[in-house]
Amino acid sequence: MIIDNPFVLIIVSSLIAAASAYVGSFMVLKRMSLVGDALSHVALPGMAIAIAFGVSPIIGAFVALTVAIVGIWYMEETSENYPEALVGIFFTASLAIGVLITSEAELLEALFGSIEKMSLIEGITSGILSIFIILIARRYIKPLLISVVSKELALSTGFNMKKINLLYYFLVGVVVSLGVRFVGTLLMGALVVVPAASAKNISQSFKSYYLLSVAIGVVSSLLGIFIAKSLSLEIGPIVVIASIFMYLVTYVIKLVRGK
Amino acid sequence: MTDILNVKNLSIIRNDHSIIDDLSFDVQKGETLAIIGPNGAGKTTLLRAILGLIQYKGTVTWKRGVKIGYVPQRLFIENDVPLTTKEFFNIKQKDTTKIINVLEAVGLSGKSTELKDTEKHILNNKLGNLSGGELQRVLIAWSLLGDPDILLYDEPTSGVDIAGEETVYTMLEKLKKDRGLTIILISHEIEIVRHFTTTVLCLNKEKVCYGAPQEVITQKTIDKLFGEEVGFYGHNHKF
Repeated sequence: MIIDNPFVLIIVSSLIAAASAYVGSFMVLKRMSLVGDALSHVALPGMAIAIAFGVSPIIGAFVALTVAIVGIWYMEETSENYPEALVGIFFTASLAIGVLITSEAELLEALFGSIEKMSLIEGITSGILSIFIILIARRYIKPLLISVVSKELALSTGFNMKKINLLYYFLVGVVVSLGVRFVGTLLMGALVVVPAASAKNISQSFKSYYLLSVAIGVVSSLLGIFIAKSLSLEIGPIVVIASIFMYLVTYVIKLVRGK
Repeated sequence: MTDILNVKNLSIIRNDHSIIDDLSFDVQKGETLAIIGPNGAGKTTLLRAILGLIQYKGTVTWKRGVKIGYVPQRLFIENDVPLTTKEFFNIKQKDTTKIINVLEAVGLSGKSTELKDTEKHILNNKLGNLSGGELQRVLIAWSLLGDPDILLYDEPTSGVDIAGEETVYTMLEKLKKDRGLTIILISHEIEIVRHFTTTVLCLNKEKVCYGAPQEVITQKTIDKLFGEEVGFYGHNHKF
């Protein structure tokens, strides 16, 4: 059974967009936007293998992302200089392998999403998981925020940043796994990064930043679905274009304010 | 006097390089200890080790139940980071009265400054919009929340111009008196160290000198520590 009820579709996609934007708001502040984007590419080979075994691609994506995330976390904790180039090489490699092993029929869906083909069970599970992601990230808001200001300060305050960072990356992994079904592995980075980057343009405080970030994520996904449905276009790319449009609006507001 | 901190045979090796070699010293309650030394001497590493942020060999023993306040070195917070000073304080303390209290202690509120001005210029302003001096004081105020017994400052005057520097130290003196604090600080500024501290530890991988500033800061130890070309007023070249 697939989601054919537009109401359920809207609720599920809004929850995924909200969780992505919330988790993404820390990613942008941690200056890891590019990692967030590249990370979503790792999902592809996982999805291909899952489809081959007849398992939900979300589970395949999640397993592949968990491996990548533990890798990123380990490199961040152990090396003095963050190996950015290595991250880029590893992630594009997994995209290339993913494209080769994904059957042609599945490839477009995996790359650009297919929320309408999500089963009702997948949809409900995604919605519930999204709520949990927001609640868990909220619980660790303090240490995540101090570590944006200074890692030493966070450590000296007694927070176990190793554990908290791993948990945070794990949340990113879950949110990206849910999002690849929505907008696809190529575009998922946009769902995580663009709303936060837009909110950053016009926010003066952290409170307005994360609230706006979530709001922009949800509005772009609703706007995208509405336009895609009315013009019979693919939902994924239109949602991403809608969020980029929101970014441009906030950028203009920033420029006008700056004058 | 009682030891608040005891460091014994501390060695730190990173990437096969010895950063600190067999260092021992102790800090007593009410003391102001300055750690001085050239760039790369291991000062910041030492501070991190005694805070337990990095691995080391040897023993670091804090007096039981001692509360530590820490101000890290050179924070660069860009002005597009959406975090107000108030939100930064709220991470540690929700009560605005207590926040105002520590802001008064560092001279950012009270006396000639109206409360509404403090709120407008400091609390409701983004952390990244504060000047170097204001940020330094905010970080010191942040470390004072929770009433620490000892403060660890890494380069307390970095990012502050030379005119502001003296006032930061005067402020530290006052804090020490009012709150019965013990202070460990890292500094380059030998003249200031001479006036404001009770003990000096000269560090260049190992202990070069240790004792009261009048006794241990001599041209000979300075030469040994920084190389011959640097004189007593060597800090001027930094600006």
